[in-house]
Amino acid sequence: MILSVRDLTVTFRTEEGPVRAIDGVSFDVAEGEILGVVGESGSGKTVSLLAVMGLITDPNATIGGSIRYRGKELVGLPARALRKLRGAEIAMIFQDPMTALTPVYTIGWQIAEQIRAHQKISARAAMDRAEELLAEVNFPNPREALSRYPHQLSGGMRQRAVIAMALSCNPALLVADEPTTALDVTVQAGILDLVRRLRDRHGSAVVFITHDMGVVSELADRVMVMYAGRIVEKGARSELFGDPLHPYTRALMGSIPPLTGTRPRRLPAIPGSPPSLLRLPQGCSFAPRCPVRFEACEARPALPAGARAAACFRVEEVQP
Amino acid sequence: MIYAILRRLGQMLFVMFGISVLVFLIFFATPGADPAARIAGRNASPEVLEAVRHSFGFDRPLPVQYALMMKKIFITGDLTSFVNRGWKVVPAVLDAIPVTLSLVTGAAILWVVLSILIGLVAAAWRDTWIDRGLMALGLLGISMPVYWLGEVMNLLSQSRYHDTWLFSWVPPLGYKALSDDPKGWFLTLVIPWVTLAILYIGIYGRVLRAALIEAMQEDYIRTARAKGLSESRILLRHALRTSLIAFVTLFGLDFGALVGGSALLTEVVFGLQGIGKLTYDALQSLDLPMIMATVMYASMFVVIANAIVDMVYILLDPRVKTA
Repeated sequence: MILSVRDLTVTFRTEEGPVRAIDGVSFDVAEGEILGVVGESGSGKTVSLLAVMGLITDPNATIGGSIRYRGKELVGLPARALRKLRGAEIAMIFQDPMTALTPVYTIGWQIAEQIRAHQKISARAAMDRAEELLAEVNFPNPREALSRYPHQLSGGMRQRAVIAMALSCNPALLVADEPTTALDVTVQAGILDLVRRLRDRHGSAVVFITHDMGVVSELADRVMVMYAGRIVEKGARSELFGDPLHPYTRALMGSIPPLTGTRPRRLPAIPGSPPSLLRLPQGCSFAPRCPVRFEACEARPALPAGARAAACFRVEEVQP
Repeated sequence: MIYAILRRLGQMLFVMFGISVLVFLIFFATPGADPAARIAGRNASPEVLEAVRHSFGFDRPLPVQYALMMKKIFITGDLTSFVNRGWKVVPAVLDAIPVTLSLVTGAAILWVVLSILIGLVAAAWRDTWIDRGLMALGLLGISMPVYWLGEVMNLLSQSRYHDTWLFSWVPPLGYKALSDDPKGWFLTLVIPWVTLAILYIGIYGRVLRAALIEAMQEDYIRTARAKGLSESRILLRHALRTSLIAFVTLFGLDFGALVGGSALLTEVVFGLQGIGKLTYDALQSLDLPMIMATVMYASMFVVIANAIVDMVYILLDPRVKTA
């Protein structure tokens, strides 16, 4: 396992009391696999991966549990040691490429900066490497792109530059936080293709966060569905899409428009909205919106161990 | 780039032309006031009055009067103050410029360096006692009026403690030309520099701290952290660079205004015959030619300072070039 997360909790101190944004999340990422993390906004998918990166800088946040990268515990690791891993072995791509690059430096400078932060090479060699990377992420004219400023590039090109930067030190683990959300559909396809090809070529493991079921069904090897700070279902892609267990996952699937046959006049939506993390229901967090809830849902369902599991009482009932 | 600079120079000339017309109209075309009488001063003889009227072209139309005035200031340089009995205005202004420039430039170097340091330290140790202490000091600096602070400085360094080791090096008040006596120039100006700079160190330190803290919330700072850069590099290379834009804007305005005469209080307190003092005296005696000349020079400095700021912008923020 390249990454093992056990019982991760992230709690924010707020004026209205503590908010548990992540509540006992455990998962593994194997070498070279693409793990899709799905959930609505506020389900905790971004926060959990920011915690893995050590990028939660809010002084009001406390992180509990264990995050192991190749056996090395990251929680409580000194900032300096964490910095050595970050950008070199674990890299991250962010959601909005429009704001993810420093506006006053060229693309080449920013990529070279990351390379030189981790490797002892000359500025010229770093620039040459940056050019190679830009070519690898399909920049039409990489040499020229080196001296471009972020504002001179389109959103898709900026995201490619961010990806080139993330790949600059050949990371073993790449965390992609909704990298296609802010882009056009056509550009999206190109970026997804790029992520897949990079995994194939470099063998990096990828954690891909998204709220787009379509993207996950295309890209991921394994999928993890999050709701209100917990994992509600996990499994291999084919299992999860072929036979969703949790009513929330099923509801998410129902909101994908069918490609064949008659389209419904309105796509089914999940009634209600995600619960406030300040006032989570006592039992199952999804119960208030669940179409199949029953008495047992007053208690909190646990996520059973194993590669394929769902945190729902109905599942046990249906599948003994 | 060259085109941008030329266009900026053109704009500068246009702004200065506008200012000169406005000032000219205010002083020379106000209805009901006779500029000739003003210029000639109180109890002027009819002959003097007639000479003034002829010399400034008051018997001719307004555009001609304006052209004559500009010619006297910029081309022949023979604008004469009648209130001060034949004192040539332009050389007086030219003498005052180095005094003000010395005072303001020295203070500006001091306040830029110190306020950047203070802003960086306060932002890096945000919400600790270091930050709070520095910001309280800054507020103290802002709230001390410069004329009061200057007088206290004088009291300490010129009389009360002048004979102690601390201030025995302080020369008497007044200005010594840099070319005649560089050491004397420096020593006489140290205390005025500090006095003038204290207010601005406070303001600029607080402005920079706020800009830095705002910049540290940006997405690209998170990217920089994800790259594995050190916190000091993130602060200095990524946050400071973008924060300096607000700082430079403020600096252009303040520097231009100070050089153009706003350093008056400091000049008066320390007995420096600068532009501010000259303008103030001219206003006291309603010396129209002198007012005209000092306002023109002041506006020139404000406009030049702003043009320089615009050039620095292009260096700081590549987005400006295309806009």
